[in-house]
Amino acid sequence: MPLKFDTPAGINPIDRQNVIGRPQDRLDGPLKVSGLAPYAYERHDVAPDAAYGVMVGSAIATGRIVHIDAADAEAAPGVIAVVTAANAGPLKKADSHTAKLLAGPEVEHFDQAVALVVAETFEQARDAAKLVRVDYAPGKGRFDLAKEKDGAPLSPDGFAKAASKAGDFEAGFKKAPVKIDQTYSTPDQAHAMMEPHATTARWDGDQLTLWTSNQMIAWSVRDTATTLGIDKSKVRLVSPYVGGGFGSKLWIRADALLAALGAKATGRAVKVALARPQIYNNTTHRPATIQRIRIGADKDGVIDAIGHESWSGDLPGGGAEIAAIQTRQLYGGANRMTAHYLATLDLPEGNAMRAPGEAVGLLALEIAMDELAEKVGVDPVELRIRNDVQYDPEKGPSVPFSSRKLVECLRTGAERFGWDRRNPKPGQMRDGRWLVGMGMAVAFRGAPATKSAARIIVDGKGRVTVETDMTDIGTGSYTILGQTAAEMMGVPLDHVTVNLGDSNFPASSGSGGQWGAASSTAGVYAACVAARAAIAQKAGFNADDADFVDGHVVAGNRRVKLGDAAGPDGVTVVDQIEFGDLSKKFAQATFGAHFVEVGVDVETCEVRIRRMGGAFAAGRILNPKSARSQVIGAMTMGIGAALMEELIVDTRFGYFVNHDMAEYHVPVHADVPHQDVFFVDELDDKATPLKAKGVGELGICGAGAAVANAIYNATGVRLRDYPLTLDKILEGLETA
Amino acid sequence: MQTTLKVNGKTERLDLDPRTTLLDALREHLHLTGTKKGCDHGQCGACTVIVEGKRINSCLTLAVMHDGDAIKTIEGLGTPGDLHPMQKAFVTHDGYQCGYCTPGQICSAVAVLDELKAGIPSHVSADLDKIAFSRDEIVERMSGNICRCGAYSNIFEAIADVAGEKA
Ligand code: FES
Ligand code: FES
Repeated sequence: MPLKFDTPAGINPIDRQNVIGRPQDRLDGPLKVSGLAPYAYERHDVAPDAAYGVMVGSAIATGRIVHIDAADAEAAPGVIAVVTAANAGPLKKADSHTAKLLAGPEVEHFDQAVALVVAETFEQARDAAKLVRVDYAPGKGRFDLAKEKDGAPLSPDGFAKAASKAGDFEAGFKKAPVKIDQTYSTPDQAHAMMEPHATTARWDGDQLTLWTSNQMIAWSVRDTATTLGIDKSKVRLVSPYVGGGFGSKLWIRADALLAALGAKATGRAVKVALARPQIYNNTTHRPATIQRIRIGADKDGVIDAIGHESWSGDLPGGGAEIAAIQTRQLYGGANRMTAHYLATLDLPEGNAMRAPGEAVGLLALEIAMDELAEKVGVDPVELRIRNDVQYDPEKGPSVPFSSRKLVECLRTGAERFGWDRRNPKPGQMRDGRWLVGMGMAVAFRGAPATKSAARIIVDGKGRVTVETDMTDIGTGSYTILGQTAAEMMGVPLDHVTVNLGDSNFPASSGSGGQWGAASSTAGVYAACVAARAAIAQKAGFNADDADFVDGHVVAGNRRVKLGDAAGPDGVTVVDQIEFGDLSKKFAQATFGAHFVEVGVDVETCEVRIRRMGGAFAAGRILNPKSARSQVIGAMTMGIGAALMEELIVDTRFGYFVNHDMAEYHVPVHADVPHQDVFFVDELDDKATPLKAKGVGELGICGAGAAVANAIYNATGVRLRDYPLTLDKILEGLETA
Repeated sequence: MQTTLKVNGKTERLDLDPRTTLLDALREHLHLTGTKKGCDHGQCGACTVIVEGKRINSCLTLAVMHDGDAIKTIEGLGTPGDLHPMQKAFVTHDGYQCGYCTPGQICSAVAVLDELKAGIPSHVSADLDKIAFSRDEIVERMSGNICRCGAYSNIFEAIADVAGEKA
């Protein structure tokens, strides 16, 4: 029976923190550092005869395929098959996808797949792919957000409502003695995870197996079945190791569909990896935004009116980048409004990237707060503290936050960083050729949780095995799920085996939206509760009295080894966590404060991050070691967003020009200093039975704005158009 | 084309399409998939291996150009039961997340420490005659190895640990 989480968690075995809450090395670490963890394209073990598939992408953004001439490709050495929409058989589009995974005859975006060439070797397939001649009838397209923005309608309600209101924003803003009214922009960004999208596919009769690189196994089984028009029971997905996702692998992409089609056409296992230069236009990206923020405050900086509107674009039927979402809950103020408008663009599909909404929303909002701080002459940290609110400000005091330790994060973070050494007047600190500045910003990210199931197996030796389709995309899932089971079953971590990422296992939350850690550990908790009951009963204990400690089941003065209690055949239990309405009664979110010191070269305006640190509150930190890594990784992505990341749109032909790792810049070693991460003590008993919240996305939220504010403090140049490249700073300095 | 590679101390004779990169020879022909393909264009460093003592991007070189060469890959550095100190340090310092850039980072890191020992200067070396460990030297030399998970801060600490330096 599913465990329903609908009342706050009481004391439970997790609170012992014998294994949970302690810094643990990753269970998957030794395999990863020795190169033995197999990723999707590396499954010689299960598909030793796999043929090689290479994708051909569309050379136009919109229009039609008139004709595909594959004769030369088919005649090329080693080629086994060429798959196109014309010979692939009927395909449907799953709801998760805005554009089809295989184009034809219509083309919806640049580099949308138009064909797959399958050959005996990679070199043969790659060469033959160039011989596929596609005759297009190009159409017209809309590619420029700034042009399409005016008159764009409210987006449809999606993950969040398109618009929100409380009080009377216009009236409140009008009468406010201090006003900020500014427009900010963020560019299209790429996930640029290191492992390209890749799939090895094999059919056994009508049964399809995809060894693929995917964050959400159950969704992707569903979408594979829908796309191919087969039953879900005929699809198995296996994804034990994922070389990064950041949202780009929430769904199956062209590699998965094409590998399945190629394998069908050839009767062989086929593997397909998107070539790096194809990834940026073929797959999804984080959409660009234009954001207008208006804040009305009193002379002390206390906010009365706050309005945040955001414009983004997507293909027809797509969704908005919900950049105003944090503004609904982050700061107080009686009069409020937010709105997301959606323009139609014919660029590649826009979709979720790490902290969709907040990541770019805070890039704007936290500059606006810095501007307000300066205008009222209040320290930026103090300004945030003055505007803290312990309940959802749109809904009022009847909906308090389950836990909100933003003020602690601000104070602790400021102290650790040495914020008091900042000169509030810009352009005052100098270190040789460097103009030095400090900036800060708040981190905020929602804390959703969703149902998640797991299987627990305890064998006669007392070894515990966890099985769930949860994925580990670098997040540390293997380890925290192992820690959860170890704590619950009263065994050391090395007595636990964790198997993940296989649709044959019970369906989990998957990895996305920062909900993975909180939900999937709760799922393992639920399965362990059931396993404890089954084992206690089997060994003749009263389940309510039995405790599981030190490898034993204990009640009163009776003490039985866990393995003996499980018996020679062991005990296998599947159970699931489900979440009630605590998330409606309480606002739930994670919080933090970022602090950054930059140096700006006085001649070239090159920006270097000199110091970076922050304090964060995200409920119980399950594994401080991997949680810290999540935060520093996300902060690093925040540096990228601030300083360099930008997909450049060719507005004539409708594609991203800089579509590889040489041209789409992401931070490298030399861009990142030591990062100081401090977790504020917090247990959120309304979040999950483990009193934990996710932390995988919190670190990117606000990080880039702290960089922007530090640049302002260093130079006096206020930039509102990301990324903050040296040409923009130089121009600002010259006109200052 | 007949090509002989000495991979991790083992002589491997291969009959290769001349277009095969060293990276694909390792991954697809020798099934040594620890060396990763992140970009296939020399842009990311995931494919870093050590050839005749020097680190190179194995995607940017053809296998047939390495006839007779000694090649060290991540699998040759250590195994889960017997990790190389650098591999161990990456585990201890959590110098990775998804693990996909990791073999390249580790091979690079091992080679970087050798470069310092050999006195090979870098772009940031202030004195060409005195090449020593410093944070600047390490992060400069490691900057061809991209980690999108952003484990840089920890990777530096792992390298410093192996070098016997304080991070
Ligand atoms: S795969 Fe060789 S540098 Fe990226
Ligand atoms: S660990 Fe994922 S890219 Fe480095």
